[in-house]
Amino acid sequence: MAEAVAVRGLSKRFGRFTAVDGIDLTVQEGEIFGFLGPNGAGKSTTIRMLCGILKPSGGCGRVAGLDLFRDAERIKRRIGYLSQQFSLYDDLTPYENLRLFLGIYRVAPSLWAERIEEAVASVGLRPDLHRIVRGLPPGARQRLALACALLHRPRLLFLDEPTSGVDPLARRAFWEFIGGLTRQGISAFVSTHHLEEADRCGRVALMHEGRIVACGPPRRLVAEVLPERPEAGLEDAFAILLRGRAA
Amino acid sequence: MNGRCVRELVRKEFLQLFRDRRNRPLLIVAPLLQLILFGYVVTTDVRETRLAVVDESRTPLSRSLIEAFAASPAFRLQASAADARSLEEDLLQRRVDLGIHIASDFAVRLTARRPAEVQLLFDGSLSHLTSQRAAAAQAVIEDWNRRLLSLGSEPRSPAGGGIEGRIRTWYNPNLESRPYFVPGIVAFLVMLLSLLFTSLAIVREKEAGTMEQLIVTPLRPVEFLLGKTIPFFLVAQGQMVLVIGFARAWFEVPLAGSAVFLFAASGLFLVCTLGVGLWISTVSRTQQQAVLTTFLFLVPFFLLSGFVFPIERMPLLVRAAARLNPLAHFLVIVRGVFLKGVGPTVLWPSCLALAGIGAIVFGAALLKFRKRPG
Ligand SMILES: Nc1ncnc2c1ncn2[C@@H]1O[C@H](COP(=O)(O)OP(=O)(O)OP(=O)(O)O)[C@@H](O)[C@H]1O
Ligand SMILES: [Mg+2]
Repeated sequence: MAEAVAVRGLSKRFGRFTAVDGIDLTVQEGEIFGFLGPNGAGKSTTIRMLCGILKPSGGCGRVAGLDLFRDAERIKRRIGYLSQQFSLYDDLTPYENLRLFLGIYRVAPSLWAERIEEAVASVGLRPDLHRIVRGLPPGARQRLALACALLHRPRLLFLDEPTSGVDPLARRAFWEFIGGLTRQGISAFVSTHHLEEADRCGRVALMHEGRIVACGPPRRLVAEVLPERPEAGLEDAFAILLRGRAA
Repeated sequence: MNGRCVRELVRKEFLQLFRDRRNRPLLIVAPLLQLILFGYVVTTDVRETRLAVVDESRTPLSRSLIEAFAASPAFRLQASAADARSLEEDLLQRRVDLGIHIASDFAVRLTARRPAEVQLLFDGSLSHLTSQRAAAAQAVIEDWNRRLLSLGSEPRSPAGGGIEGRIRTWYNPNLESRPYFVPGIVAFLVMLLSLLFTSLAIVREKEAGTMEQLIVTPLRPVEFLLGKTIPFFLVAQGQMVLVIGFARAWFEVPLAGSAVFLFAASGLFLVCTLGVGLWISTVSRTQQQAVLTTFLFLVPFFLLSGFVFPIERMPLLVRAAARLNPLAHFLVIVRGVFLKGVGPTVLWPSCLALAGIGAIVFGAALLKFRKRPG
């Protein structure tokens, strides 16, 4: 299988502070890759480098089949990104937001009606399509953001804490939606603080203070860290991994 | 560059601009209110200059001169002072603004065809008014002189008049300040709003995080900047039309020259101000910073524009700095078109300067933006 993301030694320094410290990552096509770690671990910084928002201080690699440094602009056409904070126009309606991003992604206007229809149907935005975004509940906004990120049919999605502040039912619907996407071969790179969501991921990476502490399928990680406790969960394993670091 | 992409951005900017209720008064009412306010406040008209006369000549000739002053709208005859001493006292106490002292030999010298003197006493502590009043008084005397020469019963040789050098004011013969200031106010207002709106519109995207979302799209910096500047260019031109129309209707300031040319020149001017607005947006992270930086720019722009203080009287270095000020060049154009009715044949140097400054400022902002959009 081809790799959607493959980077080595990726790092980011802000002045003298190193937020990401030479990490290696690979994400397979069609995989849901979970990105876990405490606050300030460097998850968002990593995602922002992979998306081309931040220029890495070091490292090399490919994203969506293109060189991270030389083809940063072309990468943008192939990926979708959902930032940690809602970052669409909240004084516009969902329809106006979708239309704007169709224009920005240079989708041919003949396809606009169809794409908007598709987006609305897939994430269930119909009743809110012409209401100002500011007044919509967080769940609906999140679905809109997802719809916007998918308008240009990217093969790779970066989702930075997509489920924070969303109710459990909506979260479940969200993960089912992502699962549906990956069955079409789309890869998803998802950061989260909800450890129970890690079970939805093919593999997870645990990040701490700019480094990857552990990486692999969630079940196997637990088995490796706590071989004598088959009933243990990811939480127990991470507690031990992070404590070991701190000591 | 993708035209459809820019069009959608422009569309979105207009939607946001007009959807926000707080913007509507800012777009239309504020410029008009400010114009009215400025129009009434910024005035150096010599009206109702209070006048006291000491007439030691007491002849029909001296009385006719006094009547000429009394007839002028610029002067109001207050009282006849008894003597030079009490005239001085009146000036000192600010009971009058101008004292006229006509010497006892006034009529005698005039009839003998020798130059006669009239002493004009001003309160110099109000220097900006004094020069205006002096000019107005001079005009009255000149006028009276002319009539004396032409209506005199005896024919006089041109050499015998003793009057040389006449001051004649062209383009704004009554030296009214409103036609002079109102066009300047128009320029200043449009500058203020275009600076503020562009820089705020961009910084708001940074604050809201929408900039980050735009950066992960294939959107090009040029497209983004066009999407930001085209709407405000159009809005500012609209305001220009609105404010100029209003200035003509309300203040009855005549527009002597071509409105089309003025419109084109204001386009050049806006390229400069929008460029500055872009630049401000690249150095500001919050809307507050953008507003403060805008005002930091506005003060020198205003002072070095010739709006109130003539650039010709400034020190050399300051004059050189004023040459880089788009507002200064645009004021030359606006006043030229409004008052003199001149067009591109006369004003092309200012237009060229605006185009040059605009290209440099806009280009620099674009480069800076390309490097560090966030
Ligand atoms: N632009 C920046 N300048 C300086 N430091 C930064 C910048 N962005 C992030 N940092 C720092 O880098 C570290 C990692 O931040 P990052 O946002 O990547 O963490 P995170 O893992 O996403 O945390 P959270 O779970 O809270 O979202 C933090 O200590 C943060 O303060
Ligand atoms: Mg984060």
